[in-house]
Amino acid sequence: MDQLIEQFFNIEIMIAAWPTILRGLWMTLAICAVVIPMGLLGGLFAALGMLSQNRALRWATVGFVDFFRAIPPLVLLIFVYSGLPFAGLRLSPFAAVAIAFLLNNSAYYGEIFRAGIGSVGTGQTEAARSTGLGASQTMAYVVLPQAVRNVLPDLISNTIEVVKLTSLASVVSLAEMLYAADMARSVTYSASPLVLAAGIYLVILWPLVRLVSRFERRIAH
Amino acid sequence: MNAPTQRPSLEVRGLHKHFGTFHALKGVDISVEHSELVFVLGPSGSGKSTMLRCCNRLEEPDAGDIFLEGDPVTGKGVDLNAIRQRIGMVFQSFNLYPHLSARRNVTLALRKVLGQSRDEADARAMAALEQVGLADKSENLPAALSGGQQQRVAIARALALEPQVMLFDEPTSALDPELVGDVLAVMRELKETGMTMLVVSHEMQFAREAADRVIIMDDGQIVEQGSPERIFENPNHARTRSFLSRVTGGA
Ligand SMILES: Nc1ncnc2c1ncn2[C@@H]1O[C@H](COP(=O)(O)OP(=O)(O)OP(=O)(O)O)[C@@H](O)[C@H]1O
Ligand SMILES: [Mg+2]
Repeated sequence: MDQLIEQFFNIEIMIAAWPTILRGLWMTLAICAVVIPMGLLGGLFAALGMLSQNRALRWATVGFVDFFRAIPPLVLLIFVYSGLPFAGLRLSPFAAVAIAFLLNNSAYYGEIFRAGIGSVGTGQTEAARSTGLGASQTMAYVVLPQAVRNVLPDLISNTIEVVKLTSLASVVSLAEMLYAADMARSVTYSASPLVLAAGIYLVILWPLVRLVSRFERRIAH
Repeated sequence: MNAPTQRPSLEVRGLHKHFGTFHALKGVDISVEHSELVFVLGPSGSGKSTMLRCCNRLEEPDAGDIFLEGDPVTGKGVDLNAIRQRIGMVFQSFNLYPHLSARRNVTLALRKVLGQSRDEADARAMAALEQVGLADKSENLPAALSGGQQQRVAIARALALEPQVMLFDEPTSALDPELVGDVLAVMRELKETGMTMLVVSHEMQFAREAADRVIIMDDGQIVEQGSPERIFENPNHARTRSFLSRVTGGA
């Protein structure tokens, strides 16, 4: 028992690994800070594209979304980082992670926004247009606020997935939190840094998970 | 509002509309004079809503011309948003914006279409809500209003833009019977202010009291029109008679 605690919950090792893991945490948050807002924006454009009157644009965005939802994010990341150099395009680990996750993310957020916009009744659009509001004003002030509210649990769920996804960046040697913790593990010969990293993921994500459950309960009632 | 010409306020000529192969409107002509309240009656599926929705082009007509105060509503080069702002529309299902308070339901178009300042729009919205008797509910979300109150806010939303014509599509059909009266009272007051109104509704009693003219539609066409007394007491057409006896329960 003591040995188990020694291996997994060694406080001294955790304290020693803390600066490394903290630097990893910052990197994880930096990836999120790029990928989440831009993914939301990309998703919004993807949704508008999928709902466009323009057939070519509609097909192009539907194709984009289907493709990046179908392709595993790890495959995409390795392709962007290790495949593109064969075409002469060599990206830094951070840029590769940002691009790969942005594509993946825009597709998922796009599908969520599309469902949200679809959940707003046509009567809303008709009422807005009947007062002289233009199509984009109607989207911005009438449809989107309701759409976002209707799919808020899905948006948060997807955001949780994005935070988890950042750990994949370790495979291209980007020193995010998992990578940092694993480094510390190999130096200290202890699993404790990994446990610490897992704990930090939990602390960040658990409140969001609770939030989603609360929304879902409220909607179920 | 005095029109420079003697043309009617709203004029619909030779209106046709198809849905796929279905011919929903088969050449409808309607003109509504200034300050006139015209009532449209007819069986379900006769094309009343479609006709009304063509007037502000929520439905795109296949053929025909529509004029508002002599200005074309149909045809190329029409600034649709500018025309729509001059035509108020009230829907059966209210269609209030559920995420905005009563006041902000009214101010949205004032701010974004007319470009009014916040203070101007708020003042205009409060005046419109006052007119429908709901100034004290201005901060309520639609969900915190009764159906009758929601419909009155919807009327205020249209009214605040100072439209030249108001279109009503069964404004009381979704309401509990005890809430219908308040909405009809607001419409009656609107008529007294000289508003030009084209109303689709099954409120026969209201038609008798308030309408200047009643139009009977059936199968995408106008069957007949005339004063409410003439239409109700002395209909010319068998189709009018059979429709009226059905809705009044054979009385
Ligand atoms: N968007 C649409 N697509 C296909 N058919 C339609 C559409 N809108 C209306 N119709 C058809 O056109 C006809 C006229 O419909 P409309 O809604 O104008 O009738 P209405 O007189 O308003 O009937 P109600 O009293 O039931 O409201 C109906 O047969 C209806 O099924
Ligand atoms: Mg109808």
